[in-house]
Amino acid sequence: MAAVRGARWRRCLSLYLPLGAIVILTLFPFYYMAVTAVRPDREMYIPWNRPHFAPFWTLRPTPEHFALLFRETLFARWLANTLFIALMSTGISLFCGLLAAYALARLRFPLGGALGTGIFVTYLVPQTLLFLPLGEVIRSFRLGDTPWALILTYPTFLIPFCTWLMMGYFRTIPKELEECAQIDGATRLQAMVRIVFPVATPGILSAGIFAFTLSWNEFIYALVFLSSATQKTIPVGVVSELVRGDTFFWGPLMAGALLGSVPVAFIYSFFVEQYVSAMTGAVKG
Amino acid sequence: MPAPTNPATSTAPAAPAVTRAVPSGLTRLRRATRTERREWLLAFVLLLPALTMLALFVAYPFVRGISLSMLDSVVGREGQFIGIQNYVKLWYDTIFQRTAQNTFIYTGVATILKLSLGMAVALMLNNLIGFKRLLRASMLLPWIVPTVLSTLAWKWMFDPTFSIVNWILYRLGFIQVRVDWLGGPVAAITSVILVNVWRGMPFFAITLLAGLQTISPDVHEAAAIDGANAWQRFWRVTWPLLMPVTTVVMLFSVIQTFADFQLVYILTGGGPANSTHLFATYAYQIGVATGKLGEGAAGSLAMFPVLFLVVLFQLWYIRRGEGGKELS
Repeated sequence: MAAVRGARWRRCLSLYLPLGAIVILTLFPFYYMAVTAVRPDREMYIPWNRPHFAPFWTLRPTPEHFALLFRETLFARWLANTLFIALMSTGISLFCGLLAAYALARLRFPLGGALGTGIFVTYLVPQTLLFLPLGEVIRSFRLGDTPWALILTYPTFLIPFCTWLMMGYFRTIPKELEECAQIDGATRLQAMVRIVFPVATPGILSAGIFAFTLSWNEFIYALVFLSSATQKTIPVGVVSELVRGDTFFWGPLMAGALLGSVPVAFIYSFFVEQYVSAMTGAVKG
Repeated sequence: MPAPTNPATSTAPAAPAVTRAVPSGLTRLRRATRTERREWLLAFVLLLPALTMLALFVAYPFVRGISLSMLDSVVGREGQFIGIQNYVKLWYDTIFQRTAQNTFIYTGVATILKLSLGMAVALMLNNLIGFKRLLRASMLLPWIVPTVLSTLAWKWMFDPTFSIVNWILYRLGFIQVRVDWLGGPVAAITSVILVNVWRGMPFFAITLLAGLQTISPDVHEAAAIDGANAWQRFWRVTWPLLMPVTTVVMLFSVIQTFADFQLVYILTGGGPANSTHLFATYAYQIGVATGKLGEGAAGSLAMFPVLFLVVLFQLWYIRRGEGGKELS
């Protein structure tokens, strides 16, 4: 009995305690973001060593920062921009990625292996390597300061990811499935669209969720390629319009950060499993 | 004779006897070639959209980037060719030297911390019986949420006057005077690394957890029966078996950390006194903030050799893994 109790204590110390601490550290910034978003200004700017200061909660929550966000900034517009850009670039990337993945996983053709490697390498190219020349390219295509600057450039990191993930997924689908369809008189293309793609729906969903969050979160392209306030996405809009020089409007900033995070967190909460499988699949390849 | 493109048609007139002797074989060859060609055509059509996008927005900008880095371009003015002068200028630029040093320290320290913490968390989660899904889901939040937005929360938490971190440490009795988390060069880079670890650790933890779950518990039991303690079991059994996943996760993380922009841009903006720049933020400062496009392009392309080596290593490692799979 004593041994069992000892083991339980040990388990508590080596497992629950550290895990609990890590979860608290992980989530605390979000909690603090939320508290700050509803804290009235007169409560917010109190020096840290004042005795009667309760930074962890507020007894007078206020919606004023959210109101300011929608009244005095173009937050609603940024939200719409971000959503539109994320949906469009995810759609384009899924389309291109699916087709490419099918070709690379299923068809035999010269240079197939080299192309697969090439796409994998572009997957590893970070956005910060090419943002300046890409900005020049965007300007010479006359796409600067339009949503298309992002809709067409986000696929550069989304297509390789979708292709890579879907290649892995297609390989798990037995070839016999489409061979049967072809024996029944379907063409290769029909077999692909009618048989393989429907079977691959979970994989497509995973890739789509992941791609959506990636484009929702992208920052540097949006920062460099867009200039007018009406075109901005949430991350860029919040940073550029609510920070004036050295003055940070922390209430509205945190309200904006919270509202900008909620949509992805919300989608994610429904598709945790798909998201995790995309993340681990992307690494395994 | 020109090189035959289609073996079926080129051999037919040369060896009619063979055609008569094995007609079934040849017709099969001919049919195979036709389907093969149709397959090539289909592959080409299917790959076309993806390759067009990547050619236009990755390959072309890459070439443009190299040529831009050899021009003295400034925003609004076409540049003159100046060879490698931009690179030379950066090489002797003390801020750039500091930047390079920072980037390596940032990448090295953050990656090691993320790996060890992520591994510890993965091992703990793997031993956990209940709540596993809930914990995994909540732990991934820093990874899901837009980095810029969560980093803003950290910036507020590190605020020199109203820092909650200081408040907590003061209340717990660890400090008497305030710590300016982003004020000095060492403090600032430490804080940036801290936030990077906070954001990147879940990625390690969750992917390593996925790797751990593929290891059969039988292996551990066998080792335990042979008298190995937990420490030995980890280093002799888990660590080697997990090595492929660990390597790939680390390489991904190294690339992302090395090329990071957002954390530094938000937390310090490269300051104080340009002491915390990374390649990307410094390239941004030169290329966008001061408008020297050519020099900025050179600054970000300076990352290329390191990234190239990492990618090369990664390709080699994956190839090796595939070879191993075929052998076994």
